[in-house]
Order: sequence, then C-alpha cells, then structure tokens
Amino acid sequence: MNPEHAPGQGPEDGVHAVVAEFSHPHDLAAACEKVRDAGFTRWDAYTPFPVHGLDDAMGIKPTILPWVVLAGGITGCGGGLLLQYWANSIAYPFIISGKPMFSIPANVPIMFELTILLSAFAAFFGNLLMGGLPRFSNPLFRMPRFRRATSDRFFISIERSDPRFAEAKALLSGLAGAVVVEECPVDTSSDEIPRVVRYTGLTVGLLALAPFFLFFTARNTTSTEPQFHVVPDMDFQPKYKAQTENDMFADGRAMRLPVAGTVARGELRDDEHLQDGTIDGVWAKDLPPSITGDAAFMARGREVFAIYCSVCHGLDGRGDGLVTRRAQQKGLSWVRPTDMLQDTVRVQDIGQLYGTVKNGIRNMPSYAAQIGVRDRWAAVYYVRALQRAGYASLDDVPPGERAKLEKKGDD
Amino acid sequence: MTSIDPTLVEERPGDRPPILDGPNDYASVTEDVCRIAEPPVTQTPKGWLMGFALASTILLVLGAMVAHLFLTGVGVWGNRSPVFWGWPIVNFVFWVGIGHAGTLISAILFLFRQKWRTSINRFAEAMTIFAVMCAGLFPGIHVGRVWLAYYLFPIPNQMQMWPNFRSPLLWDVFAVGTYATVSLLFWYMGMIPDLATLRDRATSKVRRLAYGIFSLGWTGSNRQWHRFERAYLILAALATPLVLSVHSVVSFDFAVAQLPGWHTTIFPPYFVAGAIFSGFAMVVTLMVPARQFFGLKRIVTVRHLEAMNKVILATGTMVGYAYGMEFFISWYGGNPAETFTFVNRAFGPYAWAYWIMVSCNVLAPQVFWFKKARTSIPIMMVVAIFVNIGMWFERFVITVTSLSRDFVPSSWGYFSPTWVDVLTLIGSFGLFFTLFLLFCRFLPTVAMAEVKAAMPEPGHGHAERPPAGGAEPAPEGGR
Repeated sequence: MNPEHAPGQGPEDGVHAVVAEFSHPHDLAAACEKVRDAGFTRWDAYTPFPVHGLDDAMGIKPTILPWVVLAGGITGCGGGLLLQYWANSIAYPFIISGKPMFSIPANVPIMFELTILLSAFAAFFGNLLMGGLPRFSNPLFRMPRFRRATSDRFFISIERSDPRFAEAKALLSGLAGAVVVEECPVDTSSDEIPRVVRYTGLTVGLLALAPFFLFFTARNTTSTEPQFHVVPDMDFQPKYKAQTENDMFADGRAMRLPVAGTVARGELRDDEHLQDGTIDGVWAKDLPPSITGDAAFMARGREVFAIYCSVCHGLDGRGDGLVTRRAQQKGLSWVRPTDMLQDTVRVQDIGQLYGTVKNGIRNMPSYAAQIGVRDRWAAVYYVRALQRAGYASLDDVPPGERAKLEKKGDD
Repeated sequence: MTSIDPTLVEERPGDRPPILDGPNDYASVTEDVCRIAEPPVTQTPKGWLMGFALASTILLVLGAMVAHLFLTGVGVWGNRSPVFWGWPIVNFVFWVGIGHAGTLISAILFLFRQKWRTSINRFAEAMTIFAVMCAGLFPGIHVGRVWLAYYLFPIPNQMQMWPNFRSPLLWDVFAVGTYATVSLLFWYMGMIPDLATLRDRATSKVRRLAYGIFSLGWTGSNRQWHRFERAYLILAALATPLVLSVHSVVSFDFAVAQLPGWHTTIFPPYFVAGAIFSGFAMVVTLMVPARQFFGLKRIVTVRHLEAMNKVILATGTMVGYAYGMEFFISWYGGNPAETFTFVNRAFGPYAWAYWIMVSCNVLAPQVFWFKKARTSIPIMMVVAIFVNIGMWFERFVITVTSLSRDFVPSSWGYFSPTWVDVLTLIGSFGLFFTLFLLFCRFLPTVAMAEVKAAMPEPGHGHAERPPAGGAEPAPEGGR
C-alpha cells in the first residue's frame, strides 16, 4: 500500500500526484517504458482493460498470487481429508453396509471440492487484498477527467511520495501522445465516519450480540418452565395417548377396555395338560395328546434347549454351561444349576419338568415369556432324551450305529 | 484461434465475421452496454416493467407454494411410494444442468482462448448463478423438515452427530455449494472493472454509492490488472474441473444407487454433456430476446449465436449417443432387470415422456447441421426451447421411470404430480426471470473490459496491425 498522507494534512501545495492522459494504448505503453527507464518507483498506469505488454513496459514483477492459491488448495485438500477422517472415524463412527470407517476413494469428491473452494477463495481474496482493495477513497476519484479511465482513456500517475517527483511533470508533459497533464489534488475531505453511520452500526452490532447472550444464559441456567419449542415437530400431536383422560367416554379413560370375555389370540386357556403340565392338579406323566413326540419334535427340542437352557445347564444338561463356567472362572458367587441327570430330576414326571420351565424354580426364572407352549414341551422332551443318554449302555444304541461307536473306542 | 483481424478472416475458408458488428471503439462499447443499466428509475423501459411484473408475480406463486409446503408438509407433492424422488429432484437436476453453460463459457472457452465468448460470458455467468439458486432451492425444500436443513452441513452440534461423508448426497451438497460459491466469485470478480465503469459514469449519488461499494475502489491500475488477470486465469483453471465435477457428482446421486436404470457408469459424462447442452440452449433462449430488446446486436452478433448452436448440436448428439449406449449396455450386460427398465422406458407407461425427450434432445438439434438453420433466429429459438423441454423430460425419465418400476412388481406404481408440483416448477422460473431481469436492468450485461481487450485497436483501424517489436500495445496478446 502506498504511504498515504493523512487526509486533510497534505503537503503545502496540496498535490497528490501528477497525471497524464493518453487516448491510445500503444502511446501509453511507450510512455510507460520511458517512466520506468527514468527510474520512478511510485507510479502506475490506469487502463479500462488489461493492455498486454504493459506489465513489461512498466517493469512489474510476476505476482506471487499463484503460490497463495496453491497454499489455499493444499489447505482445502488436507483439511477435507482430516475433516472426513475425524468426523466419520473418530467423532461419530458409524457402519454403513460394512464399509470401512475410513477409505480414501469415498473421500475424494469432498477433498476435491474443498480444494477448489479454498483455492478460489485464495485467488479471489488474495487478488483483492494484495491489490489494496477494497479502498473506497482515492484522491484520483476527485479528478473528473480520471472517470474515463474505466471507459476509453489511459492514464499514468506519478505520486508525490516518489523521490524523483520533482521531475515528474516535465517528463510526463514531454511524452508522445499525452493529451493532458494535470495535477491531482490531495483529498482534503474529512475521514471521520458520519455520526449516523457510527451510532447505527453500534446499535446493530449490540443487538446482533443479543441472541448469543440469550443462548449462553439459557445453556448455563436452569428453569422450571417447560422447554420452548420453536418448531414443535411431532412432539404435540392431536391424539390421545394411553393412560390419559378423555371425557368423551363415561369412564373418562382415553383407552378403551376390551369387551368382557375377550381372549387374545393364542391366549385361550382350555387345556390344562398342554398349558400347565398337570392333569387335575397332578403332574402329567406324558406329552399332551395334541403333541406327537417324533424325531422332528425332538430336533426342535434340541434346538430350543441349545438356545435357552444350555447357556447355564450345558449342552449335555450337567450344569456346566458357558455362563456357569465363566462365573466360576471369575470366582463369582454363583449357584451352579441343577444337574438334570441326577436322580432327583430323573424321577420327576415330564409334566413337572414342563412346570419348571414355565414357572421357574429357586434361582431359575420362569421362561414362559421366552418359550412358547409347544417349544417348552419340546425342550423337556429333549431333556428326557439327555437323561436317558446319560445312563445309556451299548444296548440302547440301534444295532446299525453300534459299529461306529465300537470303532471309535478302539482309537 | 485468436484473430479477429478482417484481412486474415478473408483468407479463412469459413469466412468468419468479426466478433463485433459495425464501427466500434472503446467509448461506443461502454456506451452500448452502460446505457442499458443507466436510465433513472422513472425512465425504466415499459417492456422491462411488464416483464418484471410478470416474473415477480410468478415468483410470488413460488413463495406461496413453498409456504404451503412448509406449513403442511411434503405430502402436498406427488412424491409417494415408490416414487419418493419426484419433481423436486427432477427440477433440481434440470436447473443445475442449466447452470453449467455460464461457467463453461467463462472458464473453458477462456482457457481455449475463444474470444467470441467475451460478448456473452457475463450473461451466461449470471444465468448460471440464478439457475444454481433455483437448483439449490429444491433439495433445500425437499428435506421435509426444512428447519433441520443444517444437518446437511458438517456443523458441530449438541447431538455430536456428523454427516456421512461416504454418501453421494453429501458430496452433492459440497459440489453444488462449491459450484455456487466459485461461480459467484468468478462472476463478481469479472464484473468489478465494469462496475467501476458504471460508478464513474453515475450521475446520481445513490448510484455512485451503490456501484462504488460493489466496485471496491477499482481504478484500473495496471498493478491491479496484472494480479486480476492472473487471478482470473487461476479461477478459470479451477472452475474448469469444477464444472465437470458438479454434474458428475449429481449423477452419482443416481449412479451409486443400485436401481436398474441408475446404476450405470456412463452417467457422469452423459450428465455433463447434457448439462452443457441444456445450459447452452438456455443461453440462446435468453440471449436472443435480450439482444433484441436491449439493443446489443452489435456486440452479440449472429456469429456468437451460431457458435453456441454448434455446441448445442455437438452436445445434443453426445446425449443421443448416451441414450443409445444405455440400451446397448442393457442388452449387452444381460441383466434382466436392467433390460426390462430400458424397454419399459421406451415402451412402458412413460413412453410418452421418453419419446418427447428423444425428439427434443436428439432430433431437434440435428437441423443445426445446416448453416441456414444455425443462423436463423426463429429456428434457433424454437430448437433451444425444445431442448429446454427435452432436458427437463430427460431428468423426469431417469428419475421417475426407474423408481416407479424397480425389481419387485408388487411395489410398482405410477407417479402423478400435484398442482403444487406444477406451480412450484413454474414458480422457479419466476425466481429465475426476476433475478435475470434485475441483472439486465442494473448490472453490466456484457463484460466491457473483456470485449475491449479483444477488439482491434481503434486508432489503428480494422485491418492494420500495430507495429511489431517492443512492447506490443495491441490487445491481441491471447496467443
């Protein structure tokens, strides 16, 4: 930036610069070479459009703007990568269709866009700031003649701050094609901001801070008032919720009760043997008549047992399931579940086993909520098989399978 | 190609006319361009006032539709299962596409030293900005709960949530946002010297103040010009890959999805060609009446329009090739869902839209093979409007046909727009034309400084070249 005289305190003769006007760009270029060769430093040429060759004629060094833009671009590219890495891998990692938390290809588009964006900002603002813009007050604007510098005339101005300013006027007057040579007066107008602007600015500035102040207070204080809903979203809906009042009905409830005698699907309790495992209050000795104990039912029972029972009781029912073993390993106070193969359990009727699953016993909770009626029977049916298997001899194995077992024993 | 020197022009086989018609000097260019923006408010041309009244009324319709949408919810649109991307997304892609011509003319043609661009670039850039504004509106209001639209951006928030950077929809936010910003900077930066011209010619205090603020104290100092030209070149070099990336990213919205008809690798180049195609058609649509109305025929000549028509022909044919290639690949790829989708496009319930698209986009521009058609104002106007219509239908066909019939026939449906859809689309034209008319009335519609730099030096006459050697003063340095 040029070292300006403070407005209103110009030198005694009140001259800011000497200005020569040209009507042809080639005259201007020739003149610029002369001014450059005469050794002036604080001067400039003004043209309505970029005149090519003028940079050399004036001896202007190439701008460093491309380097500024490069820096902007690198910041954008690296910042884009870091932003995505930090946001999706550290601050808020979430898995989308098993994709990795961080992968460069998915991040390229945004890195690219941010590279361009920050480069463009660097080019735009770099261009302005390095050229000393915005600069709304310029003594040259006080010269009526200079207004054509943006239309069809070409100017050279040598400023008073140039050490060889004394020779300036003579040099410019002698240049070929110089239509007029004039002195540009120093800008003597006041540089004070008008009072209206100052106070309006101050008021608007203070008011603009008010929302931030309110946010800050709201975040750091407590209140007994309900939350203020700017946008209600779906928080308030024109409907009745369960357990609320509604005077439309005689009983004042929003919820309607089912008609007397209503039974939900699958909840009809008309088969004591099937549902409770008892016949007239005594444990049943067999499967209910509606269930056939075939191989498929046994397979299902094995499945249910593996899912619900084996975690504590173990896959063979001896009471060393994963949970049990883990608890013992950790030295926790854990009551080992009952060994299903011990005699006290083996003598129980199948209905009693069913009752245990349904109602729970001692530390074991009821599994009625997890396991359906048929599956409970399947599980206990399988328990029966486990109990039998635990005390089986070779005679219990079908003849075709015996050979296999015997062979295994030899190994 | 650099020269606009008539002596050289006569030797060319194409017998190319000069960039500007008639006798011109720097002052006449300034005068021709500035007088459009300069009449006092009381002397505003009647035609402009009528146009503005119409455009701003349509803009009010848009405002009413958007308000209705906000207060009621997205149910006012025809978007419903299975077509959840209805007209709003069609309109978004349509407007973004139109917004490609401006930056293409400004940046790519600038890098290729196509000097004829100087007469139309400002115009096309303005069109770009306004089209991108219309485009940005649609995804903005499409999010449903608009007050949560800030979720689109990676803003630190009290929920400690961040957007998913692996989603093409987020890439879209960045691509369109960057494009809008860079286009605005490019447009504004190019306009600073011309705003200074308007400032220096201003007679009223208000105008001097307004143009004074926006021209940022530009003096035309060569030290400023030196940096300005470098910055402009850099911005052009940045905008060129950007303009190609934007519609590529928009196409990812579709191509990354697994829907038949969307999941194709041809989409990025196909979308970019379509975008340039629609953008140029829109420039012609606007330029023809504007040069007539504002008396810019000497600056925007038939040569400029012809050059744009050639681009329309080229890109239209590329788009036609892409339509054909989609069919070829759907057959060659052997994926039954894909094959079905394309057969369904051409012969299914949306066949009417498909054939409107093909006839407007592929067949109509073929008349530009003939010079008579390329240089005829009525013909180019009709073709350009056809292309605008056709390109809207292209986006409709892509978006709606694929969504309405995907893999499972039980989830098929037929999309019908509602009156709100229709009025919102019409209303977006109100926004576009309101801004455009304001631009024509108050801003420099032609890049005066650039036109002057591309002119032969008046003192030397048209045919004469300035003496070689030393500092070359003629503004011919673009080689």
